[in-house]
Amino acid sequence: MCDTCGCNDNNSGYTILKIQDHDHHNEDHQEHDHNHPHNHDHHHSHPHPGHEHQPEHIHQHPESRGRIIEIEKDALQKNNLMAQRNRGYFDAKNILAVNLVSSPGSGKTTILEKTILSKDLKKKVTVIEGDQQTISDATRIHATGVQVIQINTGNGCHLDALMVHSACKELNPPENSLLMIENVGNLICPAMFDLGESFRVVIVSVTEGEDKPLKYPYMFQTSDVCLINKIDLLPHLDFDLERLKSNAARINHHIEFIDLSAKTGEGFGKWTDWLESKCC
Amino acid sequence: MHEFSIALDIVEIAVETAKANNAKTVNEVEIDVGEMSGVIYEALEFALQSAIKGTILENSKFRLNRIKAKAICNKCKHDFEPTDVMSVCTSCGSSDISLVRGKEMKVKSINID
Repeated sequence: MCDTCGCNDNNSGYTILKIQDHDHHNEDHQEHDHNHPHNHDHHHSHPHPGHEHQPEHIHQHPESRGRIIEIEKDALQKNNLMAQRNRGYFDAKNILAVNLVSSPGSGKTTILEKTILSKDLKKKVTVIEGDQQTISDATRIHATGVQVIQINTGNGCHLDALMVHSACKELNPPENSLLMIENVGNLICPAMFDLGESFRVVIVSVTEGEDKPLKYPYMFQTSDVCLINKIDLLPHLDFDLERLKSNAARINHHIEFIDLSAKTGEGFGKWTDWLESKCC
Repeated sequence: MHEFSIALDIVEIAVETAKANNAKTVNEVEIDVGEMSGVIYEALEFALQSAIKGTILENSKFRLNRIKAKAICNKCKHDFEPTDVMSVCTSCGSSDISLVRGKEMKVKSINID
C-alpha cells in the first residue's frame, strides 16, 4: 500500500513527489502523482509521435503449425523511444542532463549537495532524485534551495525514461540549466536504461575496492565519466587508485576519471570545471 | 532484477502483435538475447514466467536464441569474438574495441493460430 495516500501501489507502480517549501517534513501532504502499470489484456492503443510502425511481415508455413509473425522489435524500444523524446526536450531547452549512478553509499547525494552549493557552477540546477522509498534525499537537496522532484520506484530497481519524462513535467526545468538525475543506488540495473541524459557519470568510492569495474562492468562500460570519491580516506586504506583506473579502462577505453573528496573539497574543482565545460 | 522490466516489455510487444493479428493462441515467442546484453538468461526466463500470467501468452513457449558477441578493434581493425566484457583485441591487445554484435535484446517473432 502506498504510504502517501493509502492507495494500492501495485507491482511496478512508482510515485512522483514534488518537494515543497511548507511541507517537506510531512509526507502526508505531498503533492504526488501515481503511475500504475496497465493491464496487458485491456484494449488500448499507443500513439508514438515521431515514427511510424511498419506492418509486421507474415510468413505462412503450410507444413508447420501456426502463422509466424515477424516482429524484430528491441525489447527496450519503449524506453529507448521515450529516452530520445527526453533527449530532444533537453536539447531544445539547452539543458545539460547528467545521470548519476553508483552503488548505495558511494556519496552521490553529498556530491550533489556540494555541486549545487559550489560557487564555480554558474548554471541554475534542478534535481530528480530516484530511490526505492523515502523522500530523505530530496529533502536534503531541497535544503540547498533548488527545485527537486523525488521519484519512488516502489518495487523497481532503476529509473526509466518514462519516470524521468513524468518527473520533468512536474519539475519544468528552466532553459540553459543543469538537470542532475540521481539514479537508484544500484550498479547493475540502471546500466540498461537510457534516460535521455547528455552524460552518464558513475561514482565509486575508495572504500569499495579496486575490482568494482570488473564486478559490475556494464555500468562502467556505459558511463562517460568516473568520479572516484572519498579520496581523503586513502591514507587509511590499502587501496590502489591506479589499479581501479586500469580496471575501469579495460572495460571502457574512453572513460574519464576525476578523483575527489566531497567531504574536504579536494579535486572538486575538476568536477565543476568538467560540468561547466559541457554546459553551453 | 531489471530482467523483470524487460520481461514485461517483451510480453507487451508480443501481446500487442498477437492482438493486432487476431491471434487465438500464441504457440511460441522467439527472442534474440546477446551474450553482452547484460541480461542473465535464466533470470529472464524466470521473469517471463511471472510476466505472462493473465495474458494470451500464458501457455506459449519461449525460444531464447543466444547471440554470440563480435567485436572490431578500433586500432588494428581486427574482428574477433570477445568472451566477456573485459576482452581486449586478440590481435594487438588494445582495449579500444567496438561491439558489433551481442548486445541484442529483441522480440524476433511470434507463432500464432
